[in-house]
Formats: sequence, structure tokens, C-alpha cells
Amino acid sequence: MCLIKSKALLKEDYDYTFKNFWLNFGPQHPAAHGVLRLVLELSGEVIERADPHIGLLHRGTEKLIEYKTYLQALPYFDRLDYVSTMAQEHAYSLAVENLLDLKVPRRAQYIRVMFAEITRLLNHLLAITTHALDVGALTPFLWGFEEREKLMEFYERVSGARLHASYVRPGGVAYDLPLGLCDDLFKFVSQFANRINEIEELLTNNRVWKQRLVAIGKVSLKDALSFGFSGPMLRGSGCPWDLRKSNPYEIYNEMKFLIPVGINGDCYDRYLIRVEEMRQSLSILLQCLEKIPEGYVKTDDRKVSPPSRAMMKHSMESLIHHFKLYSEGFSVPVGETYTTIEAPKGEFGVYLKSDGSSRPYRCRIKAPGFLHLQALDFMSRGHLLADVVTIIGTQDIVFGEVDR
Amino acid sequence: MQIRVKTLVNLLPLNKISYVSMVNVEENALIIGVKLENLNFVLNFLNNSIFFKAVVLTDIVCVDNLSSINRFSLIYCLRSVESNTKFYVYTTAKIDESVASSTNIFLSANWLEREIWDMYGVFFAEHPDLRRLLTDYGFDGHPLRKDFPLSGYVELRYDDEIKKILIEPLSLSQEFRYFDFTSPWDNQRQ
Repeated sequence: MCLIKSKALLKEDYDYTFKNFWLNFGPQHPAAHGVLRLVLELSGEVIERADPHIGLLHRGTEKLIEYKTYLQALPYFDRLDYVSTMAQEHAYSLAVENLLDLKVPRRAQYIRVMFAEITRLLNHLLAITTHALDVGALTPFLWGFEEREKLMEFYERVSGARLHASYVRPGGVAYDLPLGLCDDLFKFVSQFANRINEIEELLTNNRVWKQRLVAIGKVSLKDALSFGFSGPMLRGSGCPWDLRKSNPYEIYNEMKFLIPVGINGDCYDRYLIRVEEMRQSLSILLQCLEKIPEGYVKTDDRKVSPPSRAMMKHSMESLIHHFKLYSEGFSVPVGETYTTIEAPKGEFGVYLKSDGSSRPYRCRIKAPGFLHLQALDFMSRGHLLADVVTIIGTQDIVFGEVDR
Repeated sequence: MQIRVKTLVNLLPLNKISYVSMVNVEENALIIGVKLENLNFVLNFLNNSIFFKAVVLTDIVCVDNLSSINRFSLIYCLRSVESNTKFYVYTTAKIDESVASSTNIFLSANWLEREIWDMYGVFFAEHPDLRRLLTDYGFDGHPLRKDFPLSGYVELRYDDEIKKILIEPLSLSQEFRYFDFTSPWDNQRQ
């Protein structure tokens, strides 16, 4: 009071300009899922603007692939989204087969679908449990990773590697299933439904979990489509879009499964969708185990798939084929293809352009996470700082595929 | 599905015959070639037309045709979720031509265009925020161009004495080895 009396207020005295607080979130923050540098503009604790700076894991995969043969390019796809490796090998193999106009034996198709679904389980287990970890629940993470370990054992038994499998190859798969794998997979599937229930018991009706997720990061269907969302992010907003149903590849048209769809388009819906997708994957796995036929696991076109070791010891032709395939690689006729599959995170696309040589002229990789991360700014505006972590978690970002 | 795509094709030239230079039908997909100046018009038309409803821009692919006058070819991959159809809109740009940004039509175009600007140096006019996206801060050049070497031009190292990261011209102890085979199998594949 006395201040006002003592001095007449000038305009400069109360006309302040406020500058918002800028916060660097990451690249070292554990909730940034790797190497996300997020520049946040805060007003108090409310997000005014979020500017993701990506590219810290950029390795130039697309450029490197232009200098490799079609077979040598395959392992790069493992290293994109390193929690759903085989799904990406699958997309690339399908693209090369499209260009070659190659048919894959039925047994190989079943094995591919089985491992695509195992990959989906692996991915969703990581997505849900690390999301819970970011929000503050540690236990599902520990339980989920126990199960992931079992699933990675299946990877290891078919390919010899736990993560970067290079198992799905153009023309089929690298090796046949080892003896007893189907039995063990059945044992796993029959107990895994209970593990999902246990994780759900901890989370689905949990008060804290719901407070953190319900009505956070809402996306309307129109925005989700315009942002190019796919996978659980699009289904969470209420669009029953799944490439396994709409453009079935391999044997998905013979499988019976349902597509879970969200109503509100918030983080909680997307969590429920991921849980339900794991159940549907289990059902697909069981159907595959029931129907898997005997037969070859690679195409018998020796210009594309290598002969067996045993054949190489007997036949000169096989030896030549083997040598040529692993030095020069196979030539792919001139053409281009854009092949998409339903990877666990969404639509994963591979554009391949061939100039008739044994190396791709251009390989474009469309990663679902790239377009999801773009919408982070839109989804987090007006939310609190802590909700950014929830939104990154629900987008299921992996930087291997975002940065490529 | 084929019938539905064919119906769509019949609609397209009727409406905008002069804007489209090529139409091709594949299974579940429609391939449309447009001139660069008509690109946004056609994209907007596909997006808003009640027959096409191509509301999703899933991807923009850029290809560097080094030897051609039309250096860059751009492929806009659109999708209609309702009719389950894909639309590939092809266009080409010369090296000094700028492409009209489609960020007003599709929200997803923003980063896709930024990436192409970063990787190929194709300029998108009226883009709201055309910064580099994937390469390092202060990076020079456009790495996915065919005339950009695989190893790049510079290398980074940490100098322990001056406690700084130094950017120096690249020195390779062994020359880059590129085995260029001419395939004796080519004639069999055709």
C-alpha cells in the first residue's frame, strides 16, 4: 500500500515480459528410452512446447544398405528396432521376395508367422513393463523380463542369437526348427496367459496407474490419421486398422484373431490394447503350432537360397552356388516395391529400388516410431512434465528405428 | 478390391484430367504421376475427395537419380483406411527446384519433409520449420545423395590434451574397397 502511495506507478513498473523455462530432457535420462533429447518449454510445470531432437543414434543405415548385397543388408534390419528384430527382417525379406517374384514354402511361412508373433510378445512385454517402470511400478518389469528371457531362448534355439537373429531370410528362413521346439513353445504358451493375468492384476485396476494414464495423451481419430499413426497408437484412437487383417501377408488370412480397438484414445486405452494383442498373439501361436506342416523351409531356387552343407560336400554345382551367393550375392531384376507389414509398433515399410545388380539402388525404411515421435509435441502440450514420461512410454519409442 | 480401385481410377481423370500425367492400377494400389507444380493440388484433392479419402500420409520416399536431369524422384505414399487403398503419387524435382510443402494437408509431412531436406537437400517451400533432423548439429552436406561418399568427409575425435571434441578431415588407413561384380547370372534372371 505504502509503495503505491509513495510513487505513482509507471508503465515499466508492472509491464514485465515473462520468459518460459526451458528444460533439456535427455539424452541421458532413463525415461527418454535411449537417446532422445527433448527441449521442453515449461510454464510452471505445464508443457508449452516439446521439441524432440533426434538423430543421436543415426548410423546411416539406408546409405550403408546401398553398398551391401541383398543378403548382407539383412542384419541391418535387426539393428533398427532392436526389441522387435524379426518383424523387420520379415518386412525386408518380403520386399526382396516381391522384387524376385518368389514363392516361399508353407512351412517357412508358418515359422515366420510364429516368430513374428513371438516378436510381438517380446516387444509388448518390453513396452508395457518399461512404461510401468517409467510411471513408477517396478514389479511388472521384473516379471516381464523373466518371460522375455524365455522367449529369447526360442530365438537362440533357431538362430543361435538372442537378439540380432538374422533368421528370416529372402526365400524362407535360415534353418529348420530344432527338435522339440514346438513342444516347448506349447508349454510356454500354455503358461504365459497366466503371466499376462498377473501383470494385469498389478496394473489394470491399480489406482496410481490409472491416475497416471487415463485421459493423458488423448488423440482423436482425425488427428491420429493425419499424423500417420499406425499400430496400437491408431487402434487406441478407435480405428480397427491392422495390416495382418486388411492386407494379409503370409498365412495371416487363415488365422483367427481379433483386433482390439480403443475408445478414448488415451494412454490407458493403448495399454489395454497392447495387453489384448499379447493374448491374440498367443492364440495365433497356438493355431500355428496346430497346423504347421512338414516340408522345406527355404525356396529351392538355388540362385537365391544357399544349398545345404551336406549338398556342398557332394555336388560341384552346389559349391559354386554357395560361393557365388556369399561373395557376389543374387541379382534382383529391375523394379521397385513398397512392402509393409504390421510390426509390433505399427506399420513398418520397406521401399526397395533395384537397378538389376546385386545391391539395392535405394532402400527406404519407414519406421512407425518416427511418425509417432513427431506427434509428441502435439500430445504433451498442456500436460504436466511428469506426463511427458507417460507419453513417451505409450508411444513405445525405440531409437534404433527412429534414427535409423 | 480390384473393382473398387478401378472405380476410383475412373473418377480421377474425369475430375482432374490435366493435373495427372500418369495413372496406373495395381492390386489395392493406385499409382499417380504428377508434375511438380500440381503436386499439392493432387494431394489435397486425394485427401479431401469423398471418393478417395486418402487421409493418411504414411511416407515420402526420395530417390536420387544421379545421371538424370530430374535428379530427385519423390513418392508420396498415401492410404485410405476406409477403402483399404494405397496411393503412390510420383513426382520429380530438379536439383534447383523447390517442392511445395504439404504440411498444410498432412500433419505427418512435417518430419518426413525435414528428413528429405536433411538427407537429400530437396528444399520444401513454405515449410514451417525446415531444420535438419537426423544429422549432427552443424553438419555439412546431404548424406544420402549418390555423390556423397559412404565414409563422409570429416571424423570426430576427443582430444585429451585440450579437452575438446575435434572435427578433422577424414583419414583412412586403408582405401575403401568396393567390389563391383558384373553378374554372369543376369541373363538367366530376365
